[in-house]
Formats: sequence, C-alpha cells, structure tokens
Amino acid sequence: MKGEGLRKTFVSLALVAPLALFLAVFFAAPLYTMMAAAVSDPVAARALPRTAEAIRAWDGAAAPSAEVQAAFAGDIRNIEDDQLFGDLVRRLNSAKSGFRTLMSKTRSALRDDPATTDLVAIDSRWADPGFWQAIATAAASTVTDRNLLAAVDYERSPAGDIQAMPEGTSANGTTLVRTFVVSLMVTAVCLAIGLPYAMIAASVEGWPRQLLLAAVLLPLWTSLLVRTAAWFILLQDNGLINSALMALGLTSGPLPLIFNRTGVVIAMSHVLLPFMVLPIFSVLIGIPRNLMPAAASLGAHPLRAFREVLLPLSMRGVVSGSLLVFMSALGYYITPALIGGAQDQMISSVIAYYATGAANWGMAGALGLVLLVATIVLYTVYLRLSAEEQARR
Amino acid sequence: MNALRLTKLLFGAAAVFFLLAPLAAILPLAFTDSVFLNYPMPGYSTRWFAELFTAEVWRRSIVNSLIIGSGTTLLATVLGTLGALGLRGRTSSYLFAVVRTAFLIPMVVPAVVLGVGMQLMFARYNLANSYVGVIIAHTVIAVPFVVVNVLAVLQSIDPRLEQAAASLGAAPHTVLARVTLPLAAPGIVSGAVFAFATSLDEVVLTLFVAGPNQRTLARQMFSSIRENISPAIAAAAFVFIVGTILVALALNLSRRSLGRRPAA
Repeated sequence: MKGEGLRKTFVSLALVAPLALFLAVFFAAPLYTMMAAAVSDPVAARALPRTAEAIRAWDGAAAPSAEVQAAFAGDIRNIEDDQLFGDLVRRLNSAKSGFRTLMSKTRSALRDDPATTDLVAIDSRWADPGFWQAIATAAASTVTDRNLLAAVDYERSPAGDIQAMPEGTSANGTTLVRTFVVSLMVTAVCLAIGLPYAMIAASVEGWPRQLLLAAVLLPLWTSLLVRTAAWFILLQDNGLINSALMALGLTSGPLPLIFNRTGVVIAMSHVLLPFMVLPIFSVLIGIPRNLMPAAASLGAHPLRAFREVLLPLSMRGVVSGSLLVFMSALGYYITPALIGGAQDQMISSVIAYYATGAANWGMAGALGLVLLVATIVLYTVYLRLSAEEQARR
Repeated sequence: MNALRLTKLLFGAAAVFFLLAPLAAILPLAFTDSVFLNYPMPGYSTRWFAELFTAEVWRRSIVNSLIIGSGTTLLATVLGTLGALGLRGRTSSYLFAVVRTAFLIPMVVPAVVLGVGMQLMFARYNLANSYVGVIIAHTVIAVPFVVVNVLAVLQSIDPRLEQAAASLGAAPHTVLARVTLPLAAPGIVSGAVFAFATSLDEVVLTLFVAGPNQRTLARQMFSSIRENISPAIAAAAFVFIVGTILVALALNLSRRSLGRRPAA
C-alpha cells in the first residue's frame, strides 16, 4: 500500500514537472532578470577593470599612488566603446558632479599623449581624494539602490544619506501617484455602476438576468484592442458621443473626451466593469432571497433594509471586485497608451519607455519592481479573502 | 415599489447600453467606403476587408497571429493538461495550494513587468525576434487558463469510473487514454480555446519580444490606432468579434456533444 502511494506521488510530480520547469525558466527567471537589472551596476567595474584591482589597497586619505593613477590612465585609454565611456561618466557624475568635464578633458589628454600617467598634471582636480573616492565606490560595487531610490524620486547625497531629489528633476513619483489616482477613479466608477448592476441582476430571474449577465460577459470575451478601438472612435472630437451631444444642443462645440483623463477613465471602466460585477453577483446569489422581505415585514424602510441587510452581506463581493479592478488597473498599458494624453500615462507606459525607448534597464526594472510588489500584495489580500469565502461555504 | 422598479429598469438598460453600445458602434464602420473611421458613413463597401486580406502588413499579421496562436495553443494545452492531471486528487495538501497558486500567478503579473524581464532574458539566449520566443511568451500567460479549465473538469469526474476501469484490468495508461482524457475533453477544449484567444489578443509581451517579422494582428492594430488610424481597424475588429461569437458557439456545441458522449 505504501509503495502504491509513493508511486502515485511520483507520477504526480512527473506530470507537474514540465509545467513547473517551463514556468521557472520562462516566467520566474525573466522576473528575476528584471529585478537583477534594477539593482545591478556593473558599468564601473566593466570599464575600469585594472583600476578596480589597484584601488582596493588605497587608504582613502590622500590622492592614491602613482600605480593606481597609471592603472586608471591605462583603463581610460583602453575604452574604445563611446557608449561605455558615456555610461561610466554618467555613473561617476551621479556620485559626484564635476566628473563630466573632468573625464572628457582627461580622456582627450591621455589620447594626445600616449605616454603620460600624471593625471594631476592634466587636471588639478585629480589631487582631490573625493573624486577617487567616487571611483573606488563605483568600481567596488556591482549592486546599487540608485534605481530603486530614483523610482520613488529619492537619491543618495554625496555623503551617502538618502534624500529627496530636487523638485522637478524626476517625474517618477508623479507618475506613481497618478497611477494610483487613475486606478482609484476607475475602481470608484466600476463600483458605482457595478454594485447596483449586480444587485439588479441578482434580484431578477429568467431572461432579464441572462441578458444582464450576457451584457457583462460579451465585452469580457471581446478583444481588449477591439474595445479600446471602439472607445477611440466614440470619443473622438467628431465621434458619435460629441455628434450626439451637439445634435441635442447640449454643447456648442465638441467636448474634449479623448487624449485626456476623462477618456482614460471611461474606457478603462468599461473594460474592467465585468471584474467588479461578477464577484459581487456571485456573493449576492448566495444570500437567501427572503431576507429583504423579512426586513420589510419587520417594519424596515426599503432604504434601511438595503443599508443594514443587503449592503453588509454583499461587502465581501465588493471588496474582492474592487481589489481585482484596482489591481488590474495599476498595470494597464494599452488603454492609457491609446486613449490617454501625455499627462495620463501610467507607470506601465513609463516602464515601456525606459525599456524600449531609452534602453535604461535599471530604471525599467526598478519601476517594474514597484509595480510587481504592489500587484502581488493586492493579489495576496484577494486570495486570502476568497479562501475565507470558500471556507465559509 | 413601482418607482424602485422603474429605477431598476432604467439603470439596467443604461448600463447594458454602456456595456454593449461601443461594440455595436464599431461594427458598421468596417463597411464604410470613406477613408475616415467615423460617422456618418458616406456609403458602403467592402474595400477595408479587401485591404485587410491583401495589404502586405495586414495579411502578414493575420498569418503571424494564426502561426503564433496555434503554437501557443498546442504548447499551453499540453503543459497545462499534464500539470492539471498531476495536481488532481491532491486538493487537500498544502503543497497543492502553493503549486496551484504558482501556476496561476502569470495571469496576475502586469504584462509590462513580465515583458521587460523577457526582453532582457530572451536577448541573451537568442530567443528575441523569433517565433519560438513569442510562442513561449504567450504560453506563459495562456497556460493558467488551461490549468483552471482542465482542473475544474477533472475534479468533477467520479473517481469510481477510473477505479472500475482499473479493477477490470486496464493498465494506468489505458485508464488515462480511454477514461480520464475523454471525460476531461470538454475542459481541455475550453482551455485550448482560451489559450488561443489569449494569444490572439496579446499585445504587450509581443511589443517586447517580437521583431518586425512576428508582428501579430493585435500588435498591428495597436500601432495602427496609434499612428495612422483607418477603417481597416474596424474591419479587423469585425473579424475579431465575429470570430469570438463563432468560437463561443463552437465551444457550446462541442461541450454539448462531448458532454453527452459518456451518458450514451
């Protein structure tokens, strides 16, 4: 009997293994790669291999030995790749300003005279240990929290303390706040429409209920792109909505509905509404139908019966639906990218920009990590709630 | 009480209108003969369908979508069905809950986040800008749908049927092939359909891992809305919506016929 159980376990493991392996390689590993990119900082170690070796023995008090300076001069001469040099300068300059001019001056001087290793003669700033300190730190570390701090608009001061970036130098914080605000607005709209909708659907029977549910499911099955394209057509300045409003004489000119916040919230609410309606509906149909008549027969006004009986009972569905909508909205890319204007781009657009436009994998990874953590936290709460829900049944 | 009824009716009608009107509004525009994606339509024509099936960019993207969708469906259905079979019958264990959650989590992770990681990793292993890379990327997010569907149907199978087959002398693989899989067929079919639909509609991962040669229909619609909007988009949307309805009908039919077989 024991052998049989072992065999079964073995078969189960063998069946699960291909998928587990596939997801480990093509799902977990990419996420890990992204996180590693967020904190990795190999540029100085890559560009200055000999300096990294030589500067380890330096005591940090005065300008380092001629040996270190010679290693540095050699490394700089060896950098053929202008991109790498640019990355190195950016990295050093972010630690201590002044490196930009210093490095280009030094590089051209070293090229003009292939023999010299006397850096202080090229620029007196090389006598300042502060610059060497920055090089030593950059060359020694392959890990940085710079991108993660920058993702929330913080940076390290030259002394190493964490401080807020100067106003106006980074828009990441603004984008994060905007992502939360838009997601909250979408959740609120979905709740305002979805809660009464689910209540009506649960209170009727027969074909009206079928119709109400089909109206939720059909958009859910329809391509996201089709739905976004449809809203693009409707919301245009000369689209159906504006034509109708003007024909009715409600407005004299077209209302700005597209490439702004209004359009994004309308389109995203339409796309995400089913995720609000379905959880609430599934909670509501589990509530005994005679509770409301019972409340009424005991003398409760319908509004009071609603507030004190139906609403508290449907709260679980409301919370699940809101979490689901909010979580999905946080990571939305396509709808804001097509319907929104420059002022409505959410965190996903910024990540896509850093990754595909600017090739700044560090920042893309850091912002991605922020989004990933927020999503996983919300999903965990959602799972907890639905597990409790199942346990109650 | 009648006022409440009227409010319910009005609200319900308005909400149904909000949900369905956008889908209804885009369909007629597929048949416009103007170059503008807008009402009023000056006349009817099928020129945009002709454009869709003859213009190189659109035709190619449709072919790509079919190639990538089929590859994804095959890979996701095989992996997902095996995984679901392995998870079956262990619902009470703690490990089951952990593995199941791990199998479903690709549905939740924002596509852009996954896309950045995949772009970085695929570039290192020569998977970027290849059909295999796009199929793998799509399979990652399609496979949870297969697992959910197959697991649901497996859990509804009466284990006594398999025990009966085994007690009559059927080897384990015979039980699997002759009893379990036929009974699970409806779940496998709907899982496969969901996998195909997921691949068809995927844009974000495609943006990150596909090259110009793997442009899918959804990807082509995305850039077309962004750059040069034309009624070809409405024609593509028409194809999508009609395809959705056909697939839903086919699924319903296959479910009925597959569901009837064991009883017969």
